[in-house]
Amino acid sequence: MADHQGPLVRLRDVDKYFGTAAALNGVNLEVQRGEVVVVIGPSGSGKSTLCRCINRLETITSGEIEIDGVPLPPEGRALARLRAEVGMVFQSFNLFGHKNVLDNLTMAPMQVAKVPRAEAEQRARELLERVGLAHKADAMPAELSGGQQQRVAIARALAMRPKLMLFDEPTSALDPEMINEVLAVMIELAAEGMTMVVVTHEMGFARKAANRVVFMDGGQIVETGSPAEFFDHPTTDRARDFLSKVLTH
Amino acid sequence: MITVLQDNLGALWQGVLTTLAITALAFLSSVLLGTLVAVFRVSPIPPLRLVGAVYVEIFRNIPLLALLILVAYGLPEVGISLSLFTTAVLSLALVSAAFACETVRAGINGVPVGQAEAARALGLTFTQSLARVILPQALRTMVQPLVNIFIGVALGSSLAAAVSVGELTYQAQQVGNRTAEAMLLFGISALVYVVIALLGGGLGSVLERRLAVRR
Repeated sequence: MADHQGPLVRLRDVDKYFGTAAALNGVNLEVQRGEVVVVIGPSGSGKSTLCRCINRLETITSGEIEIDGVPLPPEGRALARLRAEVGMVFQSFNLFGHKNVLDNLTMAPMQVAKVPRAEAEQRARELLERVGLAHKADAMPAELSGGQQQRVAIARALAMRPKLMLFDEPTSALDPEMINEVLAVMIELAAEGMTMVVVTHEMGFARKAANRVVFMDGGQIVETGSPAEFFDHPTTDRARDFLSKVLTH
Repeated sequence: MITVLQDNLGALWQGVLTTLAITALAFLSSVLLGTLVAVFRVSPIPPLRLVGAVYVEIFRNIPLLALLILVAYGLPEVGISLSLFTTAVLSLALVSAAFACETVRAGINGVPVGQAEAARALGLTFTQSLARVILPQALRTMVQPLVNIFIGVALGSSLAAAVSVGELTYQAQQVGNRTAEAMLLFGISALVYVVIALLGGGLGSVLERRLAVRR
C-alpha cells in the first residue's frame, strides 16, 4: 500500500449510534505520523467507541474514516489486511487463552503475514525481551499477572509491525501496582516514534507521552491541545469540570 | 439359551460391527457437517446464516425414522440409489448434524467476545479467527453435549433396522424371530448399546480432562 503524505488517520464527520443513542456525534480528528494522541473524558463520552471505530471493530453510522489515505473497507479480506497494519491493545488483554505466550505472538505473523516460523519466533522473543518477559515465553496467559498479560498483548500487537497502535483503556483493568510497568512500555514505544491513539484515564501518561490531548464528552470532541495547554489552561467549562474531578486527589 | 447364542454368534457380532461402523461414521460426519452449519450460522454473510438456520429447523424436526424411510425408498424414485448402510449413515448424520450445529454454536458463543476481537484486530480473517482462536477454545465446553449427540447417534442407529440395515437391532430381531427368544436377544442388544454409550461417555471425560490441562 503506497504511503501517502497526509495524516495517518483521518476521521470526518463521524457519527455512531447504538440504537437511538449517539456514541459519537460529528467527530473530526486527524492523527499525524509519529504523533501520540491521548483521548480522555468521562465514562460514556465515546472515547472507547472512537478507538474501536478506527479499526472498524465498531461500524460507524455516517461519516468517513481513512487510514493512510485509504477509506476503511467493509468487513472482508481488505479490511483484514488493513487491520494487520493497525495494532490494538484492549482493556481486558484478550490474550488467546489456549496458546502460550510465544504462540500468542507468532500466530498473526505466521497466519496473516506468512512469516516463516523461525523468523516469527525470533521476532517474538526479541519483543518479549523488550517488554521484560523473555522468561515467560512458554507460560500460558492464565499463569501471568494482569500487568504481564498486558505487556504480552502489546508485544503481540507489535509483532505485526503496525504503523499505528490503538490502546483502548490499557490500564483500566489493572491493579494499581501493575499500571506503571505497562505505561513504561507505552512511553518507550511513544519515544521510538510509534503513532499512537491512547484512550486512558492516566493523566500522568497523557502529560508525559502525549503530543496532543483530545478531550471528549457526550460523543463529541470538546477540546484538543498540547498536554501543557490542556492541563494547565483548559478553555472549556466541561474540560475544567472534568479536570477538577480527576486531578484533585 | 446358550445354544441360541452359540448358533447365532456370527450374525450378532456382524450386527455389533455394523452398529459401531454406522455410529462412528455418522457421528464424525455429523460433527463435521454440524460445525460447517454452525460456521454458516455465525457468519457475517446473511444468506449463509439463513441457510444454516433453515438446515437446523428442517433436520432437527424430522423424525429419524421418517427420514430413513424417505432416503431408503424416496431417493430411488428420483434416481438416487444408496446402499442400505449408506442410507443409515446419511440419515443419522443429517439429523445429528442439526443438533451438533447448535452445540458448536453455543460453544462459539461461550468464548468471550474479546477473543474474536483480538483475532480480528490482528488481521485474521473470519475463518482464521474461528479455526485458530474460537473453535479450539469452544471445544472444551462442547465435549459433554457432543457425548450426548454420540449416544443419540448410537441409539438412533437402531432405527435403521426398520429399513433392513443389518445392524445389531435388526440381527437381534431376526434371530429372535427365528428362535422365539426375543426377550433374551433384545436384552443382550440393549446391554451392548449401554456399553457403547458408556464407552462414548468415558472417552468424552478423558478428552475433557485433557483439554482442561491446557488452560
